[in-house]
Amino acid sequence: MEMLSGVVVVSGKDPVQHQGLFLTVEGAVNLQLSAKSVGVFEAFYNSVKPIQIINSTIEMVKPGKFPGGRTEVPFEFPLLVKGNKVLFETYHGVFVNIQYTLRCDMKRSLLAKDLTKTSEFIVHSAPQKGKLTPSPVDFTITPETLQNVKERALLPKFLVRGHLTSTNCAVTQPLTGELVVESSEAAVRSIELQLVRVETCGCAEGYARDATEIQNIQIADGDVCRGLSVPIYMVFPRLFTCPTLETTNFKVEFEVNVVVLLQGDHLITENFPLKLCRV
Amino acid sequence: MAVFPWHSRNRNYKAEFATCRLETVPLEFGDYHPLKPITVTESKTKKVSRKGSTSSTSSSSGSVVDPLSSVLDGTDPLSVFAANADPVAIAAVKNLFMGSEKGRAGPAAFAVSEKVRTRLEELDDFEEGSQKELLNLTQQDYVNRIEELNQSLKDAWASDQKVKALKIVIQCSKLLSDTSVIHFYPSKFVLITDILDTFGNLVYERILSMCVGDHSVLPGNFSPENVNDTARETCLNWFFKIASIRELIPRFYVEASILKCNKFLSKMGISECLPRLTCMIRGIGDPLVSVYARAYLCRVGMEVAPHLKESLNKNFFDFLLTFKQIHGDTVQNHLAVQGVELSSYLPLYSPAMDWIFQCISYRAPENLLTEMMERCKKLGNNALLLNSVMSAFRAEFIATRSLDFIGMIKECSEAGFPKHLLFRSLGLNLALADPPEGDRLQILNEAWRVITKLKNPQDYIDCAEVWAEYTCRHFTKREVNTVLADIIKHMTPDRAFEDSYPQLQSIIKKVIAHFHDFAVLFSVEKFLPFLDMFQKESVRVEVCKCIMELFIKHQHEPTKDPVILNALLHVCKTMHDSVNALTLEDEKRTLACLINGFVKMVSFGRDFEQQLSFYVEARSMFCNLEPVLVQLIHSVSRLAMETRKVMKGNHSRKTAAFVRACVAYCFITIPSLVGIFTRLNLYLLAGQVALANQCLSQADAFFKAAISLIPEVPKTINVDGKMRPSEPFLLEFLCNFFSTLLIVPDHPEHGVLFLVRELLNVIQDYTWEDTSDDKIRIYTYVLHLLSAMSQETYLYHVDKVDSNDSLYGGDSKFLAENNKLCEMVMTQILEHLRALAKDEALKRQSLLGLSFFNSILAHGDLRNNRLNQLSVNLWHLAQRHGYADTRTMVKTLEYIKKRSEQPDMTHLSELALRLPLQTRT
Repeated sequence: MEMLSGVVVVSGKDPVQHQGLFLTVEGAVNLQLSAKSVGVFEAFYNSVKPIQIINSTIEMVKPGKFPGGRTEVPFEFPLLVKGNKVLFETYHGVFVNIQYTLRCDMKRSLLAKDLTKTSEFIVHSAPQKGKLTPSPVDFTITPETLQNVKERALLPKFLVRGHLTSTNCAVTQPLTGELVVESSEAAVRSIELQLVRVETCGCAEGYARDATEIQNIQIADGDVCRGLSVPIYMVFPRLFTCPTLETTNFKVEFEVNVVVLLQGDHLITENFPLKLCRV
Repeated sequence: MAVFPWHSRNRNYKAEFATCRLETVPLEFGDYHPLKPITVTESKTKKVSRKGSTSSTSSSSGSVVDPLSSVLDGTDPLSVFAANADPVAIAAVKNLFMGSEKGRAGPAAFAVSEKVRTRLEELDDFEEGSQKELLNLTQQDYVNRIEELNQSLKDAWASDQKVKALKIVIQCSKLLSDTSVIHFYPSKFVLITDILDTFGNLVYERILSMCVGDHSVLPGNFSPENVNDTARETCLNWFFKIASIRELIPRFYVEASILKCNKFLSKMGISECLPRLTCMIRGIGDPLVSVYARAYLCRVGMEVAPHLKESLNKNFFDFLLTFKQIHGDTVQNHLAVQGVELSSYLPLYSPAMDWIFQCISYRAPENLLTEMMERCKKLGNNALLLNSVMSAFRAEFIATRSLDFIGMIKECSEAGFPKHLLFRSLGLNLALADPPEGDRLQILNEAWRVITKLKNPQDYIDCAEVWAEYTCRHFTKREVNTVLADIIKHMTPDRAFEDSYPQLQSIIKKVIAHFHDFAVLFSVEKFLPFLDMFQKESVRVEVCKCIMELFIKHQHEPTKDPVILNALLHVCKTMHDSVNALTLEDEKRTLACLINGFVKMVSFGRDFEQQLSFYVEARSMFCNLEPVLVQLIHSVSRLAMETRKVMKGNHSRKTAAFVRACVAYCFITIPSLVGIFTRLNLYLLAGQVALANQCLSQADAFFKAAISLIPEVPKTINVDGKMRPSEPFLLEFLCNFFSTLLIVPDHPEHGVLFLVRELLNVIQDYTWEDTSDDKIRIYTYVLHLLSAMSQETYLYHVDKVDSNDSLYGGDSKFLAENNKLCEMVMTQILEHLRALAKDEALKRQSLLGLSFFNSILAHGDLRNNRLNQLSVNLWHLAQRHGYADTRTMVKTLEYIKKRSEQPDMTHLSELALRLPLQTRT
């Protein structure tokens, strides 16, 4: 059982009369559909309702009077989930938002307005048991390995090899690996790592899957030396990443794209799905 | 008023001497004496090594320690500085490249500012509401702009706009990925890393200050455990923010700039971070950008964790791996677009590479250096590497392998890194450390064979300047002459020397620093032709000054070597001729001092006539510098006195004529001087010389000239830039003059004491200050003079000159004349005393009265009643208004009483009785 603890601070010049001090914890998954999905799933659109994970209220202080000056009221709030729901990790995405808030209300007599203060708190899921099993990936990119090419003959020849230390990553640890431009007819302009989240909202009627970029990190700038390995290194941004999540209603997954930009506007992308977890 | 007669006391000078002199004690050799000259012998001097410190111990032979030598004990601050001169090196980079760029004019400079403008707009972009300046910005403006950014970074930080600060830093470091004006890159690097340093320090200080919160002050080497959570969280936050910077180059630079902050997170932080950053640089494609990034990382690394040598080496080896890129297509295309030659592109690498190499080679073991060198050798087209090896490694290491290096340099291709730079670097090493004895000549021959083939005079002279030191150090004048000849040959066409004065000057300095014997120096045939290359006057004078300074420093023996004299006269003439109306006083003084030093060193031994003709020549050459003329007059006077000494006072006809020639020289030179007291004193001096050499009429002429000059003495004169009253100087001069006049014999055709009379007339007519009693003081001195003149035998004489005492032999007429003069003078004094009987002047009256009393006491014959009465009156006058100093009066009285005990002074006791002391009630 997770506990949320802290203090409520009441301060005022004069003594304050009140009708009780309440704390409310709310947590919900908000699903949103991207504009392009709306047309296709109009029927489905309406059905997307926030999924409440937690909603509970406790009375901290009985009606009475706070003395003038500063008063600190400590609290401990047990985080009790609704029914068989799971306490997901906080996540701010584009189409999926998992957010937890703590609200403190001070009820007052009819004549005075109630006072409210809200603040967000972050939930990190408990570290998974057991060790992370590394899953290294080696890759080779040549004109031949590419899909989605219109005119393969126009492509300059190149050979890029590399490997990722693991596609199973801990969110607190950076993504690492190596990349070697063995040869390339055209000059390299830039090599980038694109971190992408893939959010899926769905139900029985169908689903909407959207991939959006979280961050883009350049690992090579200009025509890099051939045959010399360039490190792949990316720190996962806090708040925007969370352990990979799969539920019946929605999914949050992550992928990394290795993007090689060649002279003459040739853009080569190699995609690697990641599995993030917390250890 | 009654006229008081004067009666001089008869003096027995010999007896007086005997009573007042101290007993002499002979001084044993080695005894301590404060006036003995201090001789300091340097007993031990350590060899100067490149990194080490110079120390010298001195001890004095006497018991006196020279205070200056103790300062030199211990470490020499300059060499300590040299050992850790890191920031200086960076500044040098800046100057090197800024300087070269500035020098360029015309279209190139225009192109720069064109590009600079676009970059400035880039800078402006992130500043909200910034107006786009379309000025034609120069490089200096760009520099100023970056400085402004540095300031705005500090301001943003101070006003708590951390995000803005970070933005500024990111934008700045982004500029480092731009190589569009490639020659400006090194300067830009320095400017921008400066900002990065500022930023790094700000972040570090801030986090440190957060830690201070709970542990009053963190110790210097704190461990991460002592860091509190807030500080830690803030620090982590910075790293996360930086890790999400999109572009590689800004991300690298900003992270490197706050490398030090890793200390807050974990002990191993820095040692993990450095290799990662080193690897990260591999992603930078442009080799120039990447080598500077490496240099920055090495710099930061050395600063934060100097013990982590590994990543330094890694940087070096990574650099070698990417070395081939420089000759790759991408770079070549880039250069072609910008129209930059490879030979001017490659030297841009040098500062960064030198830096990296220097970091690695600092205290590195010999075998590491050898290994590095071997690896450089293996790479093709390695001139650039060779150059950095030579600039960064220990000079001794390079010097012992000089021949190897020459071989390698020769093998380098013509197209790449300029060879003259390679030879220059090698030469720099050889200037610091000596190669093996046997190789020396071969090294010079091999190197010079290449240097002499350089076409561009600028390249040539850069090399020659460095190698001149080596040549001067190890070889004789023959080789130096060859080198100088070669330089002349290269620099003369098209007046190429005009652009290279600093280098030529430095060569001259090196040559003269190594040839202390000026006879040898001037026998180097090409030395003077070399000097002729300095055609711009200011530089020429500068060089001449150097030569003269060294001459004065190293020439200990007087010389008459015609080669030296001719050459130095030429040099001095050049210095002298540079003097014009606009020359500063200081400059004139310096020049005159140097020329004087030379004049003093010239001696033809016993050939006095030659010596005099040299002085005549010198006078005609240096007529514009007064101090030189003064020196010449002194020298000639000295020459006359030397002649006298040689002849033991008995001049032959020939020497008498010579001496008169000397005196004549002085007589006609003195009037051309400006300083009035200089002239007066020199007249007196020359007069004395003439007198000593029995040139009586010449002496008279000098004294008359002096006397007739006195009315011209102005009220105030300029002393060291301040206006001061001239009377004290005049008083001093006159006293001096009087003591000479004592022995000047009267001219048979003029009246008795005609010089004294003339002088008195002049004094009488001179307008003295109303508020001073100097005139009366002078009269008292005249009284002393006259009393001395009335003695039977004078106090002193000039050898072989009959003074008035033997001329007149105590003739009563002479004495009567003398006494008449005395009376006149006394009347003047007494009149003046009476005139002082006014309220405001009473103190002066008292003082003057007492001094006159003392004069009478000393020189007058008090057995004379009237004189006796006068002295009693003066005594009363001195005390009348209570201005007399009681102690002085008491002492004076005691003195009189003591004197009266002497056998022939008994009459003084009677006087003493008549002198009452005033009691204060």
